[in-house]
Amino acid sequence: MIQIKVNGTEQSFGGEPEMPLLWYLRDVLGLTGSKFGCGVGLCGACTVHVNGQAKRSCVTAMRDAAGQEITTVEGIEMNGLHPVQKAWMQVNVPQCGYCQSGQIMQAIALLNAKKNPTGKEIDEAMTGNICRCGTYQRIRMAIRVAAEAMA
Amino acid sequence: MSTIENVSRRKFLTGGIIAAGALVLGVRYTPRLLAGATLPHNSNADRAKLNPSVYLGIDPDGTVWIMATRSEMGTTSRTTLPLVVADELDADWNRVKIEQAIGDKRYGDQFTDGSHSIRSFYDAMREAGATARFMLIQAAAKQWEVPPAECETALHFVVHPSTNRKSGYGELTKAAAKFPIPKPEELKLKPKSAWRYIGKGHTSYDLEALVTGKAIYGMDARLDGMVYASVEHPPVLGGKVKSFDDKETLKVAGVHQTIPIDPYQPPPAFQPLGGIAVIADNSWAAFQGRKKLNISWDNGPNESYNSDAYKNELRETSHNPCKVVRNVGDTDAAFAKGGKVYEADYYVPLLAHASMEPVVALADFKDGKATLWVPTQSPQTVQDIVSKELGIPKEDVICHVTLLGGGFGRKSKPDYCAEAAILSKKVGRPVKVVWTREDDIKFDYYNAVASMYMKATLGQNGKPTAWLQRSVFPPIPSLFDVNAVYGDPSHLQQGWTDIPYDLPNLRIENGPAKAHVRIGWLRSVANIYHGFAIQCFTDELAHAAGRDQVDYLLDLIGPPRTIDFSGVQYPNYNASLETYPWETGRLRNVTQMVAEKSGWGKRKHAKGSGVGIAAHRCFLTYVATVVEVEVNDQGEVRIPRVDTVVDAGLVVNPEATRAQFEGAVVFGTSVARTGEITATNGVINQSNFQDYPVARITDVPDQTNVTIVESDTPPAGIGEPGVPPFIAAFCNAIFAATGKRVRDLPITKLGFA
Repeated sequence: MIQIKVNGTEQSFGGEPEMPLLWYLRDVLGLTGSKFGCGVGLCGACTVHVNGQAKRSCVTAMRDAAGQEITTVEGIEMNGLHPVQKAWMQVNVPQCGYCQSGQIMQAIALLNAKKNPTGKEIDEAMTGNICRCGTYQRIRMAIRVAAEAMA
Repeated sequence: MSTIENVSRRKFLTGGIIAAGALVLGVRYTPRLLAGATLPHNSNADRAKLNPSVYLGIDPDGTVWIMATRSEMGTTSRTTLPLVVADELDADWNRVKIEQAIGDKRYGDQFTDGSHSIRSFYDAMREAGATARFMLIQAAAKQWEVPPAECETALHFVVHPSTNRKSGYGELTKAAAKFPIPKPEELKLKPKSAWRYIGKGHTSYDLEALVTGKAIYGMDARLDGMVYASVEHPPVLGGKVKSFDDKETLKVAGVHQTIPIDPYQPPPAFQPLGGIAVIADNSWAAFQGRKKLNISWDNGPNESYNSDAYKNELRETSHNPCKVVRNVGDTDAAFAKGGKVYEADYYVPLLAHASMEPVVALADFKDGKATLWVPTQSPQTVQDIVSKELGIPKEDVICHVTLLGGGFGRKSKPDYCAEAAILSKKVGRPVKVVWTREDDIKFDYYNAVASMYMKATLGQNGKPTAWLQRSVFPPIPSLFDVNAVYGDPSHLQQGWTDIPYDLPNLRIENGPAKAHVRIGWLRSVANIYHGFAIQCFTDELAHAAGRDQVDYLLDLIGPPRTIDFSGVQYPNYNASLETYPWETGRLRNVTQMVAEKSGWGKRKHAKGSGVGIAAHRCFLTYVATVVEVEVNDQGEVRIPRVDTVVDAGLVVNPEATRAQFEGAVVFGTSVARTGEITATNGVINQSNFQDYPVARITDVPDQTNVTIVESDTPPAGIGEPGVPPFIAAFCNAIFAATGKRVRDLPITKLGFA
C-alpha cells in the first residue's frame, strides 16, 4: 500500500506501483485539473508539485511518489486565488486553457525559487510547457505581473 | 426569415432549418420555432419564464440564460456570441449565465469550423436579444399604461424616463411572456453609439475555471460506473485485423476485456478506423493492456505510400499541364514572347493538429439511446455518425459538448466519438475512449501535403507579363469519395483561385493526387500552402526585379477594385460576394499599414538579420504581416518582432481577436519551423512531441504587435487568417537575412533550427 499526501489529504493506493501519478490523480481520485497531453514528459500539461518542486506527473510512478506531498492545481488556492492565477486572469492568458494548469504550476514553482526572474529565466523555466494555442507571449507577461504581486 | 412562435407558453419546437435563403449574411441558418413537439433535453433557456428564442431565456430573478451553440476551443466564441445577445437585450453581463447547447438542429448550424461563428450568427444573436428586449418593453409599457415608444432600457431595467419609473427584467418576465413574439421587422436594433459590449469585448466567461483546473474538457468527463478504453488502430489507413491474441493483455491488472472494432467501409469519412479496443479500470491499465496485444494486420493497398516518392510524384504532376481553374488573358502566348523565365517549386508536407487535448470521447448507451460528452467541433455530425454506426435514430443520440482542449479542425471529425458509442453498446456501461498522443498524431486527418509550381516572366518595372501557378495536393473530398483527386472549389479558393494580383495574363491550374491518409481541415487549411507559394514567389520576383518588397506587392495587387470572379468557381467561404466582396483596396490598406507600423525601410538590419512581408485574405479577413528574424552562424533563427494588421470588418471582441492573432503567429511558427508528418510504407513516422515538435516559449517572438483596423463592414473570420501570411513573411525574412530561399517547409530541411 502506497501512502501519499495530495493537497493536504492523506491517501492510500493499493494499485500498480508503476502507474503514473497523473492517472492516479485523474482516474482514481477524480482530480482532473492536471492534464494528459503527451504521457512522456514532453509537454508539461500534467505538471504538479512534489514537495514544492514542479514535476511531470505523467512520468512520475506511484512508487516514486510514495511518502511525498503532492500539490495539484486544485490545491494551490490560499484564501482565494493564488497570485499567479490572478495574474493569469489579469493578462487574459488562456485560450483553450487545457495546458494552463501545468503552465501555472510551473510558473508558481519558478516564482517560489526566484522572486524576480529575467525574461531569459522565464523562457528557460517554461520551455517544457507547450501551449498549442500560442499564449506564450501572455504567459511571459503574466509571470512578470505575478512576480510583482508576490514581491 | 424564420417563422416564430412564442415558446414560453410551453409550445416547444422541433428543428427546422432555413438552409438556403437570401439572408443578408449568406449561410446564416436561423431556427424556425414550431409548436407541438417536446424536446429530448430542455435547456435552462427553454425552461425560463420568458423564452422568446432558442438562444435565450430570462428567469423571474433576472437571470438571463444564453445558449452557446458553437463549440469553445479557445477562440472565445462561447463568450463573444452571447455578448452580442446581451448587448441587444441591454442586459447586465454579470447576470448572464451561459449554457452550452447539446447538438440539435433547432440551433441551426453548429459546425464550429471555418472561422465563421461570429459572421454567421451575429445577426441571429442581435435579433434574439432585441426580441426579448422588445417584449420586456411591451410588458412594462402596458403596466404603466404608456406607449412603448416612450420606454427605454437601462442595463437590465425597462425605464419610463418622463415619469421616472423603472422595472427590472426579472419582474417583467411573466407579463412579457404573454406577448406575441415580434416579427423581425418590428425590431429596432441598437445604434452603434449605444453598444455596451459589441466592439468592446470581454474576457472569457470561463476564465476563472480555466485558471483553477475546474473547467471540464472531454478528457475530464466522468460518469459513475464508467470504464476506460484504448484502441490499437490499423497502422496503415484501410488496414484490417487478420488475427489477434489478447492472452497477455487480459493478464494486465485492471484490464477487463478486449473488443474488436470493425474496419471502416471506404470511403473513410468519419467512421472509426477499426482495430482492437482494450477495456480497463483506468486509462493507464488500458494503455498497458494494449502494449501486450499481439495483432497480425492486413495493411491493404496504402502500404505502398512513401512520403519521399509521393513528393516527387506531386512535383512531377505539377510540372505538366493540369486542370485550368482560372484563366485571364493568354499566358502561353505571353510566355512565347520570350524573356527570362522565373520558376520555383514550393512544398508543404502533411501537418498534424496536435491539439493539447488528444481526442477523447465518453459515451453511455442505454435503453436504445446514446448519450455522449465529447470535445467536438460539430455535435450534429456526432449525432449523424453515431446514429449510422449504432443503427438508431439521430434524435436518440444526445451529444453534450464539453470544452475543447484545442481543436484546430481535428475535432470536427467525430471518428473517436463513434468508437466510444460502439464500445459502450458492447460493454453495457459508459465508456471513455482515451487516445494517446501517439494515437492523436498517427491517426489524424492531416492537412494536405502540397506541391506548387510557379512560373512568371517580368516586363516593365519587373511586373509580371505572364504568371502561371499549379498546385497538386490530395484533396479533402477524398474522405468522402475514394476517387476524388482534384481540389474542390472550396479549397482551391483558399488563397489560390483568388490571387488578387492585377495581371494581364494569369493561369491557375490544379493537378490530381490520390490520398493515402485521411486528409482534413487544419487551421487555415489550403491557405497554408497556397499563401506560402504565392507570397514567397512574389518576394522572389521582387528581388529579381530589384524592387522594394512592399512597393512590389502593392504594384501586383494593383489599384483598389472588387475582384470579378465571373467564370470562376469561387464560393467566397460560403458568403455572398455582395456582402463580402473581395476588395483589393482593403488588402492594400493592411499592407501599407503594416509597413508603417513595422518601420519598413526605416530600421537598419544588422548582418544575419532581415524582414519579410506577406499579405493574404482568407475567411473573408484581410491580413498583412511583417516578420523580423535574426539568424546566427549555426542557422538558429530568432524572431525579435512580428507586426500584423488585421481588417476583419466589425470586430465584436477585440481582446479575443488580438489573442487569436498572437496565437496564429505561434501556430505558424510551428508549421514553418518543424511541422512535418511523413509516412514509410503507409505508416506515419511521427508519434509525439519529440518527432513532431511544436513551438515552445523559446521559439516565439519577443514582440507580437497586432493592429485591428476599425471597420463597420460585416464581421469576418478571426481564428484562422493570421497563420498564412505569418508563414510566408517569416520565410521571406529568412531570405532577407541569409540569402537562402525557403521553398520547402519546414525550414529544418535547409539546415535552419
